[in-house]
Amino acid sequence: MLSKRLIVCLDVREGKLAKSIKFVNTKDIGDPVEKARQYYEDGVDELVFYDIAASKNNREIMLNFVEAVASQIFIPFSVGGGIRSVEDATKLRLAGAEKVNINTAAVKRKELISEIARAIGSQSTVLSMDVRRTQETRGIPSGYEIVINDGTTPTGIDALEWAKSGETLGAGELVVNSIDADGTKEGYELKLTRMIADHVGIPVIASGGAGKPEHVYEAFTIGHADGALVASIVHYGNYTCRQLKEYLYNRGVKVRTRF
Amino acid sequence: MITIVDYGAGNIRSVQRACAEIGIQSVVVSTPADLQNAERIIFPGVGAAPTAMETLGRTGLSASLKRSFELGIPILGICLGAQIVLDSSEEGDTPCLRLIPGSAVRFKLRDKLLKIPHMGWNTVKVIQPHPLLEGIEQEDEFYFVHSYYPQPANRENIYAVSDYGIEFCSALGYRNLFAVQFHPEKSGRLGLQILEHFAKWGGNVPAESAENRGQ
Repeated sequence: MLSKRLIVCLDVREGKLAKSIKFVNTKDIGDPVEKARQYYEDGVDELVFYDIAASKNNREIMLNFVEAVASQIFIPFSVGGGIRSVEDATKLRLAGAEKVNINTAAVKRKELISEIARAIGSQSTVLSMDVRRTQETRGIPSGYEIVINDGTTPTGIDALEWAKSGETLGAGELVVNSIDADGTKEGYELKLTRMIADHVGIPVIASGGAGKPEHVYEAFTIGHADGALVASIVHYGNYTCRQLKEYLYNRGVKVRTRF
Repeated sequence: MITIVDYGAGNIRSVQRACAEIGIQSVVVSTPADLQNAERIIFPGVGAAPTAMETLGRTGLSASLKRSFELGIPILGICLGAQIVLDSSEEGDTPCLRLIPGSAVRFKLRDKLLKIPHMGWNTVKVIQPHPLLEGIEQEDEFYFVHSYYPQPANRENIYAVSDYGIEFCSALGYRNLFAVQFHPEKSGRLGLQILEHFAKWGGNVPAESAENRGQ
């Protein structure tokens, strides 16, 4: 059977590493290629690079960066941030990214999901969604709303509905990022993760809030996630990927332990 | 020197980068003339069997690969390259290279919780020793992305199996040809180890596995 995936997320700004807390006050924490290599050797299953300055004109920097990562790590990795066209996605894929993550651009024009899926395959097309808790209303029955532009703009779109549409349009995987939990280290938004995982037929990755090994365990067991995205918990040396995996393995979760 | 066959099916560069990482020189070729001098061949591929076979036929690479196989040149097939070495593929009812008897078939999963494509890390269980699989232990995992899998007609051609709702063949071989359904170039150190073994492999299958097969 497939193993549960431990995924490390690296926020990248102009080729440098950054980690955001509630999406503001990003601070620099080192060279991302070096860091990626370190996580690779420490047994991470997959890496995600979010280009947080992508909206500016640094596409070339990013492509060079992806090439550099691809020559250093030999596990799958994905790239997100500012992907607006089939061309963007195809270039990143050719540079060595296994998958591309689309977010805001897909909310603005949902056909983009299908177009990218046709060009590089559903298995390489990841829909990343930023979600904020809100009041349950007729428009947002799940009580979770999609927000865009790095969490600054509410859209009035229900998160569960958007997840289902994403699957129908051809996304091969969903990253469900809770804005409320992001950077808090208090655990994933498990209710949200589970709700979406139980209603779609594609893998769901829990994102935002991991502060201790137990949180990652809960993402799989309570949140029904296929993968768990972590950042600060490993970036600041609290835990290594190896330690997280040993913890999961000892609690009966099927994870890759020899690497 | 490893020769990587480029027939327009997939990211050849990731295989090249993996070879570079372990210090093996590689060259990418796309014509029969260039393939002719190969001393060792990697035959990768992602995508659909019909398109792949059409390209291999049109370019003459198909005949060239068969000749290399008959000459005893070590060949490693990866992913789609592990499917189209068989007689045929269910994908578009495509006749394939016929180097190993059998066919590629699609996952038919009754369990709705199991998703197609089969994508992610899964355990590879060695059922017959092979020089390329040396050092692989019981719970070792490799990275997969596929919707079809190889189904060799003869058990003796199956070297490893994996479980995804059903048990399927994840590594197969015959003489100087070996093929894996997973991606060694994306499976971390254990994947690179397979490529290292391949770089040294003379193309022979040890006698002990022949004995296991009762030959």
